[in-house]
Amino acid sequence: MPRSMQFAKTSLAILKRTEYHTMGLRQNHSSYIVEMEDITKSFPRVTANKGVTLRVRPGEVHALVGENGAGKSTLVNILYGMLKPDEGRVVVGGEVLPTERGYLGLDYGIGMIHQHFMLVGRFTALENVILGAEPKRGLLLDLTAAKRKIERLMEDYGIEVDLDTRIDDLSVGEEQRVEILKVLYRGAGIIVMDEPTAVLTPQETGRLFDTLRRLTDDGRTIIFITHKLEEVMAVADTVTVMREGLVVNSVPAADTDVSGLAEMMVGRKLEAVLERERTPGSEPVFRAEGVSLTSRKGRQLLAGISFTIHRGEIMGICGVDGNGQDELFEVIVGITSPDQGVLEFRGRDIGSMPILDRAEAGIAHIPPNRIKMGLIGPFTMEDNLVLGRHKERQFSGPVFLRREAIHANALRLIDQFGIEPPVPYMSAGLLSGGNQQKVIVARELSRDPDLLIASQPTRGLDIGAANMIRRLLVQHADRGKSVLLISADLSEVMALSDRIGVMYRGRIVGIMDRDDATEESLGLMMAGVGR
Amino acid sequence: MGEFWGIFGVSLLWATIRKSVPLIFASTGGFFSERAGVINIGLEGMMLFGAFSGAVISVTTHNPWLGVLGAVVAGGLVGYLHAVATVSLRANQIISGVAINMLGVGGTVFLSQVFMGGDRSFSLGPADRLPIWGPFIPLVYLSFLVVGLAFAFSYFTVPGLRMRSVGEHPRAADTQGINVNRTRTAAVVMSGVCAGLGGAYLPLFSGSFAKNMTSGQGFIALAALIFGKWNPVGAMAASLLFGFADALQESLQGRGGLPPQVFQAIPYVLTIVALAGVIGRSIPPAAVGKHYERE
Amino acid sequence: MSLRLKGTVFNLTAPLISLLLAGLVSSVIVLALGENPFHIGSVMLSGSLGSLRSLANTLEEATPLIFTGLCFALAMRCGLFNIGGEGQLVVGAFAAAWVGVKVTGLDPVSHVLLCVAIAGMAGAAWAGLAGALRVRFGAHEVITTIMLNYLAFILTNYLVGHPYFKKIGQIPQTEDVHPTAMLPALTFIYKYTRLNLGFVLALVGVLAVFLLLERTRFGFELKAVGINASASKASGISVGRSMVMAMALAGLLAGMAGAERVLGVHKHFVSPFPFGYGFAGIAVALLGRTHPLGVLIAGVFFGALASGGAQVDMETQIPRELVTVIQAIVIIFVACEYLIKRIGIKPKRVVADG
Repeated sequence: MPRSMQFAKTSLAILKRTEYHTMGLRQNHSSYIVEMEDITKSFPRVTANKGVTLRVRPGEVHALVGENGAGKSTLVNILYGMLKPDEGRVVVGGEVLPTERGYLGLDYGIGMIHQHFMLVGRFTALENVILGAEPKRGLLLDLTAAKRKIERLMEDYGIEVDLDTRIDDLSVGEEQRVEILKVLYRGAGIIVMDEPTAVLTPQETGRLFDTLRRLTDDGRTIIFITHKLEEVMAVADTVTVMREGLVVNSVPAADTDVSGLAEMMVGRKLEAVLERERTPGSEPVFRAEGVSLTSRKGRQLLAGISFTIHRGEIMGICGVDGNGQDELFEVIVGITSPDQGVLEFRGRDIGSMPILDRAEAGIAHIPPNRIKMGLIGPFTMEDNLVLGRHKERQFSGPVFLRREAIHANALRLIDQFGIEPPVPYMSAGLLSGGNQQKVIVARELSRDPDLLIASQPTRGLDIGAANMIRRLLVQHADRGKSVLLISADLSEVMALSDRIGVMYRGRIVGIMDRDDATEESLGLMMAGVGR
Repeated sequence: MGEFWGIFGVSLLWATIRKSVPLIFASTGGFFSERAGVINIGLEGMMLFGAFSGAVISVTTHNPWLGVLGAVVAGGLVGYLHAVATVSLRANQIISGVAINMLGVGGTVFLSQVFMGGDRSFSLGPADRLPIWGPFIPLVYLSFLVVGLAFAFSYFTVPGLRMRSVGEHPRAADTQGINVNRTRTAAVVMSGVCAGLGGAYLPLFSGSFAKNMTSGQGFIALAALIFGKWNPVGAMAASLLFGFADALQESLQGRGGLPPQVFQAIPYVLTIVALAGVIGRSIPPAAVGKHYERE
Repeated sequence: MSLRLKGTVFNLTAPLISLLLAGLVSSVIVLALGENPFHIGSVMLSGSLGSLRSLANTLEEATPLIFTGLCFALAMRCGLFNIGGEGQLVVGAFAAAWVGVKVTGLDPVSHVLLCVAIAGMAGAAWAGLAGALRVRFGAHEVITTIMLNYLAFILTNYLVGHPYFKKIGQIPQTEDVHPTAMLPALTFIYKYTRLNLGFVLALVGVLAVFLLLERTRFGFELKAVGINASASKASGISVGRSMVMAMALAGLLAGMAGAERVLGVHKHFVSPFPFGYGFAGIAVALLGRTHPLGVLIAGVFFGALASGGAQVDMETQIPRELVTVIQAIVIIFVACEYLIKRIGIKPKRVVADG
């Protein structure tokens, strides 16, 4: 029996026994412990994995890298058994797993730590760790036996956390340690981590890497998903880069470097630069100064954000999702109030202004997720086209809506923006993604705002719809108005913006003129590398 | 004034306990269901079915213990109905609860007329009631026992831990191999059983079954659960408090300066206050009320 | 356009299927009791629609249900579960009796209008309170409205017992309201019917709710909040204000139901007040898919059920509570829409959402 398979079988046995036998040094084997072959998985609108093959050696740290939507999370969820692939097979320790009927990864020695922790806030750390594999004495929970076992694990791997504290009272770093203990307790020989450092401070990240090293020294295998290339180079043995559902390459970390990875990750899909007829003015239209926001658990969502937007300018903010862009959007729009900082629009302090007032003052927005925040699905297209504007005198009297005006407005916008199908009475929820976005863009542009905030405006759209929206944004700026474009699509930001800022971990780590920016330099900043 | 304080005697204590028993059972039932994440406002209906079954079986078999068993079965079945509707068929939990209440009120009178020869209410003979052990019938002692068992079960056993996890974070439980739907179904059936017992207490003690005899106690039990912070011991304490208010109101008979309605209003006012967070926050299980689906 | 048609088809077939299933279950129950379901069905039909008398009876039973159905439906459109129809109706009924008894010297039109208005405001206040508790404290309206139901019963029970209100005698009830406050019976349909002008008020209510939801700015916001509170908030709509107002308007309707009962049927307030319209209203609203016109149809249907059920009770061994049982079964089936979705009658989207 090959060592790797023996390893997997031992992991399974942990569920029944209470001892874990150290497997010794990592194996330098040509056979793999995890092989995912030709995995294809489609969802209603998108093919997340297109014939993806992933091979992981036992005892290595394998990084899975790529931008948002590259298909990484889908792939590991298939490995864990929570999703069923359309095609392809999963082989762990030489054994083919029953992907057709779904399974629990833990039963095969695969443990998963999700990006959003799967922890019950009201339970203690101890209770969370043992949930599902609780030791018993007769009819009762044997918490002391559990505790002993976990404390052994904590000692073995140098993981420190107070087992009797409720999760709600733990810091994020401690929560993650509980998640690690959870998978170790269940005897996982293969540990998958989805963006483990997304929520950690640099110090906590260092501690995590120490733990990972100890785990692999012990013979366990780690697969982790990240977009932070610096970290990849620090800790990974092998790197697999994915882009748009495909594997770009899979290389030993020693054979590449950060720039190489950035290039693979981001790809060369720069579009033709749209002609810009404008020269942005120097007059500031919007100013953010020292804007900060902390989450309930003390994490810095926004840290000292400061930037200015000028008249007639498209200011682009790029960065991988989850580095504070959504929070920045909400703060400027007025959905969330910052803890600190100044927000100024056309000279006025808008920090305490409600959303409606900001809209009246001239700030319009395109939200990052159209179904949840931008549209009322069952409402008709014409109603959605006046959502937020319905109180304006042209659209309603003191009590009644002016239906003819709303209808006329819809016809006009449908024509102007080419919304398909041109049926104002159709429910917005039935439109295609591209047309839904057109509705939102049409609505917001029809306000003729001095500042339009577009957050991920072309996410999930096909090339035709995306280009149209980009053209509209450019035209808006050409007319002397300003646009704040927040997008994880680097080529889009580079094609449209006059100035570009990069967000990383809630900070703006650099602002430069478009002409001074290169894909490489931006990509590095987005991945947290250097300045 | 002495007249007022004179009522505070042993008999008031006994009356308090007697009035609390249905609440204790039903609120414990509510505890199981809600802790597993399923809102159960159908306790009233479940109690009525328990009351009816207990009474009917007792009268026909002249064996009150079989009546108790019948109440358990009936309550469990109604609980199962709620479980299937909400967990398997994903009906809205609140609406299902409302329907069960209506079914309880109408259904028990309906069945009573049908099976008891046209009577919408009926009485139990002396042999049909439960014997009196000490000051109370056995169900009273059982109620306190059930609270203790519920507490021990939830906080000291494995299935109890799993039940609570499913109500707080079903996805986390699912990722650790726990069958969310099966756990929830079991909990809801259990809640029906407890509510049924609570309902059975009424006819088996008083000796008669009448239309809508629970008269809202199922809702007061829910209130007791909320006021008791979704904890079986807390719910029991709240039930005793509400029972006390009821017993006090009865024995005062309008003396003591305050109209009886003030006492009647106490459980409801307290619950609203508890929900509004004025006396500390009463926080329900995190995932209560939401369906759980894999993807 | 055909997609809109598909949506309407779904909205029509779903309740019909629920009714069909409920009818099936009821037939089984009837069979189990040794009666012929078809016979029962025909008795129900004659008792509800078979003569002018029964028709009038149907509409009279339907009137409060239409109001309480609108009540639950309106709140539901804003995403709120108003289980407090019973209590809101009762306070409205008491308020109507109060004004009907104690206020004198008005002409019939003004008196009735005043009574109805005050009743509506009482119901609105009772419901609005629950709405405010939800918005301000996050107290879930399901529980608070249920608690307020009982508080309404207790409060009115107390007030009716007070010498100022109480009619001399054993029963805790008020005096009869003045003739000027009474809602006239629609005797042209049937001489001895209790069907009264309140039915017309209910129709007005249906129209008003329809206009509110489809044509007014407030209705626009109310529906938006009920469907998607985040998008509503992001577009500047005040979610809290919409919720409180929605509850208040719902309570207004339930209060009017109480007014109709007092001014049109019972002529006074008695404690305990006839019970069950609030909960039946929930069934009506669900069957009518929270659309005013649907509520009207469902309300009349349930009125027919009640009227037919009374006839069944008189002529056969089957008690009238069968009606309540059927109502409950209907609710359960309607609530299990998932079943129907599985059968695949739901219209498919053009493209799934982004």
